[in-house]
Parts: sequence; structure tokens; C-alpha cells
Amino acid sequence: MSVYSKPAVFAVLSAVVILVGTVVTVFIPLLMPSTQPVSDYVTPYTAVELEGRDIYIREGCNNCHTQTVRPLRTEVLRYGEYSKPEEFAYDRPFLWGSRRTGPDLNRVGGKYPDSWHYKHMQSPQSMFEKSNMPPYGWLAENRLDTRYTVKKISILGYGYTPEEVALQIEEYTVKVTGQSYDSKEAREEVTPESLQAELTEMDAIIAYMQKLGRDVKKLEAEQ
Amino acid sequence: MKESGYDYQIVRGFTFSALFWLIVGLIVGLWIAFEMFNPVLNLTPWLSFGRLRVVHTNGLGLGFGLAGIFATSYYILQKLTRKSLVYPGLAKVHLYLFNAIIALAALSLFAGMNTTKEYAELEWPLDIAVVVMWVIFAVNVFATLAKRQEKQMYVSLWYIIAMTVTIAILYIVNNLEIPVNWFKSYSLYAGVNDANVQWWYGHNIVGFIFTVPILAMFYYFLPVSSGLPLFSHRLSIISFWSLIFAYLWTGAHHLMLTPLPEWIQTVAIAFSIFLIAPSWGSVVNGYYTLRGNWEQMRSNYLVKFFIVGITFYGLQTIQGPVQGLRTLNAFFHYTDWVIGHVHMGTMGWVTMTISAAFYYMIPKITGSNLYSIRIANVHFWLILVGQLIWTVTMWVGGIQQGAMWKATDADGSLTYNFLDSIASLYPYYKIRFAAGIVYFAGIVLFAWNIFMTIRTPKKAFEQNKEGM
Repeated sequence: MSVYSKPAVFAVLSAVVILVGTVVTVFIPLLMPSTQPVSDYVTPYTAVELEGRDIYIREGCNNCHTQTVRPLRTEVLRYGEYSKPEEFAYDRPFLWGSRRTGPDLNRVGGKYPDSWHYKHMQSPQSMFEKSNMPPYGWLAENRLDTRYTVKKISILGYGYTPEEVALQIEEYTVKVTGQSYDSKEAREEVTPESLQAELTEMDAIIAYMQKLGRDVKKLEAEQ
Repeated sequence: MKESGYDYQIVRGFTFSALFWLIVGLIVGLWIAFEMFNPVLNLTPWLSFGRLRVVHTNGLGLGFGLAGIFATSYYILQKLTRKSLVYPGLAKVHLYLFNAIIALAALSLFAGMNTTKEYAELEWPLDIAVVVMWVIFAVNVFATLAKRQEKQMYVSLWYIIAMTVTIAILYIVNNLEIPVNWFKSYSLYAGVNDANVQWWYGHNIVGFIFTVPILAMFYYFLPVSSGLPLFSHRLSIISFWSLIFAYLWTGAHHLMLTPLPEWIQTVAIAFSIFLIAPSWGSVVNGYYTLRGNWEQMRSNYLVKFFIVGITFYGLQTIQGPVQGLRTLNAFFHYTDWVIGHVHMGTMGWVTMTISAAFYYMIPKITGSNLYSIRIANVHFWLILVGQLIWTVTMWVGGIQQGAMWKATDADGSLTYNFLDSIASLYPYYKIRFAAGIVYFAGIVLFAWNIFMTIRTPKKAFEQNKEGM
């Protein structure tokens, strides 16, 4: 009697065979802290940045934008310092992507002012005639839903108390709705009258854009 | 072998499901192909490219691909065990549950409920439903195998068993997530680990959906439709075990030059190269099965589908390991080259094999001849030409974009900005869209042919006889 006449034995044997590579290349690295190092210079997302990240996820931005700069000369020239493992310690899920229909975004934080993003999200084609990016002006018509923010932060273990979460949201609202906001004009242009005093999904996704790569850039500036 | 007593209702049900999701998935594909060169079709949030692309990949990979696999697996399983399905009622539950899941998957992805992990985008309640569905399928597979009338299991059954076991492990491990509410969850893994788990899954879901069960079809349907015995049983044994062993090491070639530990990338490269051997083991086994009978490529329309299909499998399994090499990957990754690579497999190998499997099974089930062999031939040529133009266009576009990203002037600065590189591809995207239309026309004929074969009452179509 060979294994080819014993379905149950065959199934178990197949499972063992496929688990060898799985254990070595996936499960063991999962147990090694060096696979995903944690570093002090990389800070978790704030409440608003996290909500912005969830909008990025919802809209499937990862289908066109990557978030890993490879250690290649032309890539570093185009985007900036290549990506380091510790930068992704707070990324659940990871958003590295697999296709660059649009440019990599891992170093986009601080590259443009918020006003640039408001205009670009509203109409990419108004800034780059040949762009094929979908317009996302409607994000400014949606009030940011923060009902689950505290729960999200606790699941992700970012360590903010509910009061700190509320404070972060409050502070960011004050910033973008305030008179001294450097991108006030652009924001008012894309945001409907009724939502100008509140946080919109557009505000949050731009907060997230500005976070990408900021920790690395800060470290570079300090050195 | 007696024809009666087998549960063919379930085969028929999954065949219709496959054709339905195939057409839906291709329409979505055409829509996003148009958006790539003209963003005007991003009419609403749920029609925007970011949401629609996952509807396309899930609709075709899981909707069409899985339904085709279930249809043929239920058929092959009963034939090779000479036993009717042990739980036909459970199979019916499987069919309804499957279609409900795919419909809800499409709706939830349209709505932006999306975990972003490629081919595992569904949110957690649907993940649980998928696992339940898979268990239902596995129960029938193993119960029928246990009560089989044929002592030895033929190679197709090995591949079906390997798929059943492996998909369960892959799907559960990669979809472990912590719910926030009914529509939102976070992955259990963070950053680099999440990437590693995802591409272990992503690569092997392709392996154990678009390779393993398609090989099960190939090993069964090529011999029965050509009337020729499989060339080498021993070669099929070696190919099988080395394929399923090596596949699981290679996921990291999707993460070349990322922050993933370098040794995992290098191991993946080595095993990717090794994979050429078992892949070509099956290709060679198919080719040699036809030795001395190559005139069947002309006289037997089914053989044409299978042999051209396995040829694309052979080409793809060379292209894959080559583009996984670190230096070449640095050039090709993130460009349309990879999109071309994937579509040679799905539009060529997978769809051609499933097409011919349906063309073989459905007349056997209905007891009539195929509605039209002529339509089947037109279908063959349309999907062949459509696919070739499609993939070659993407390869050329991929090389062009890769070269533009790397181009530097004499002073070392970049020659092109990013927008130049994407805008220069629009002519290719228009050709790709046109090729997609040609392909879609072939698929419509395919669906029509199957539909008419089932609808036409039992009788011999004498005028078709000479084409068999």
C-alpha cells in the first residue's frame, strides 16, 4: 500500500511538505524581533493620522502607490532615503504596494505644503494635466468619523489614553480650522461651508500624507 | 465506467457560476483598463480605480477561478474515484454559499471594506464564511475519497488534495486580524512581518489556485480528451512533490529590495529558480503525452486549448524566476511588466485550460455534443490573440517605464519626472484596452457556447461530428 492509495496520509504528508518552507521563511522570522525592529525615532501615528491611513486603505490607494523606497541610486534620487525596517513597526497592515501607477509615497511627508495636497486631491488633473489619478474632492464632503478611534488605538497598542486621543483630534481641528493655518485658503476652497469648522476625511488623509517619512527626515536633519 | 449516478448538478452549477463571474470580472477589468488612460470613468467613489481594481482581481481570481476549480474538481473527483459525491446536499450548500460570498465580496469591496492585503482583501466576517465554505468542500472531497471504488489515486487527485490542505493553511494564517467593528479589522502582524506573511500567501494562493488545481485539470482532461495515456507517471510524482515543496519558499521574491531581511529574499530567489524544474516536468509530461499524435493539434480542438495553455504555463514559470532575480527585479518590479506576467498566466494558461475542461465536461453531462466546435475555435483564437497583444504590450510598457525611472543625464540627475513615465504609457494602455475587448469577445462566445450546449435538448449534432 503506497501513499497514493491513502488519502488521509497523503493529506498529512502534503501539509508537512508545504510547512517546511513556511516555517523556515515565515514562522521563524515572525518570532525573531530583528525582523521588525522598533526604534525610538519612529513614532506611532496620531489619532488623526491613523484615521487618514484608514481612509487611504478604504480607497485602495495602495493599488497605485508603493511605500518602500529601494536602496537604488535613481530611486533615492527620486524619492529620498531608502526605507528602513523600523519605520514600519506601527503599520498594520503594511502598505508597501506592488505597482507604481503613481509615485512612491514613503517620503512624501513634508515634501509639499497641505495646500498642495488639498488642490491635488480635489483635482489631480488641474495640477498635472496628464495625470490619471482619480479625483478625491468628495473626501472633503465627508465628516471624519472618529467613533472608533479610541478602540482602534487600543487594538493597535499605540498607548494613548482616550483623553489623549480626544486632545489630538481637538488640536488638529483647531489647527486646520484656525485663522493662522498656512493652507487655510486651499482648505476652504475644497471644503463645503457646513464642514469648514470640523475635521473631514480630506483633512485626515492629508495629515497621514504628511506623516509618511517624517521621522526619517527629522533624524536626517538632526544628524 | 457508468455515466449515471454521479452528481452532475453541482458541476453544472459551478460551471454557470464561473461563467457569470468571468464576464462580470472582465467588464470590471475593461472599466479599470479605460481608467488607466482616461480618469473620466472614476465617476463615483465606488467606481474609482482603487476600489474597482480589487473587485476585478477578486471577481476573477476567486469568483471565476475558484468556481471553475470547484466545477472541475467535483467532476474529476467522482470520475477518478468511481463514486458519486458522498454529500450532494452539502455540495449544494457549498454552491449557494460560494455565490453569496462572491456577491457580498464584490459589494463590500465596492463600499471600500478592504484590508489591502492582495487577494485577501475581504473583511473578517467574509473571511470566516470563506473558511466555512472551504471546510464544506473539504468534507466532500475527503469523504468521497474515503469511499472510492478505485484503489490508486490518479495524479489529479493529489493536486486536488494538496490544494484543499494548503489553501486552508494559507488563508487562515494570512487573514488573522483583530476586528474593530463588523466592517473593519487590523492585521495581527505589523510592518515587515505583515509583508512577509502576505506575500507568502499572495504567491502561494497563485500557486495553489492558478497552478495546482489547473494542473489537476490538465492531467485529467488532456489524456481523456486526446485518448492518449499520460507519458510518465514517475515524472508526475517527481514534479508533484518538488513543486509543492519548493513553492512555499518563494513568496519573498515579491519583496525584493524592501526592508525584508535579505536572507529571506535570497532563499526565495534560489527556490524560484529551482521551481523551473517541477513546472517544466508537467509541461514536458504534457508534450510527450502527445508524441506521435501531434496532428491532434489540428484535428482535436480540446487538445489545442490544453497544449497552448500549458505552453503559457511553461513560459510563465521561466519568466517568473527570471524576473525574481535581484538585478532584473530592480528594473522590472512595480512596472507593468509584472501585470503582463500575471495576465499571461490567467488569460492564457488558466482560462484556456478551464475553457477546454468545460467544453469536455458539459457535453458529457448533458449527453449531447458541443453546440458549436466552430464557435469554440473562434473563441480559442480570439482569446489567444487578445491575450498575446495584451501581455506583450504590457511587457514593452514595463520595460519603457523601468528604463525611464532609471535614466539619468550626464550630470547624474534624473532625466524624467514620474509623470513623464506614466503619461508615456497611455498609448500602450489604449492598445491594452483594445486587446481586452478582443479577449472579452472570445469569452462571450465561450459562455454562449456552453449555455447553448446545456439548453439544447439531448440529441446528436451530426454536423459537428467531423470536427471531433
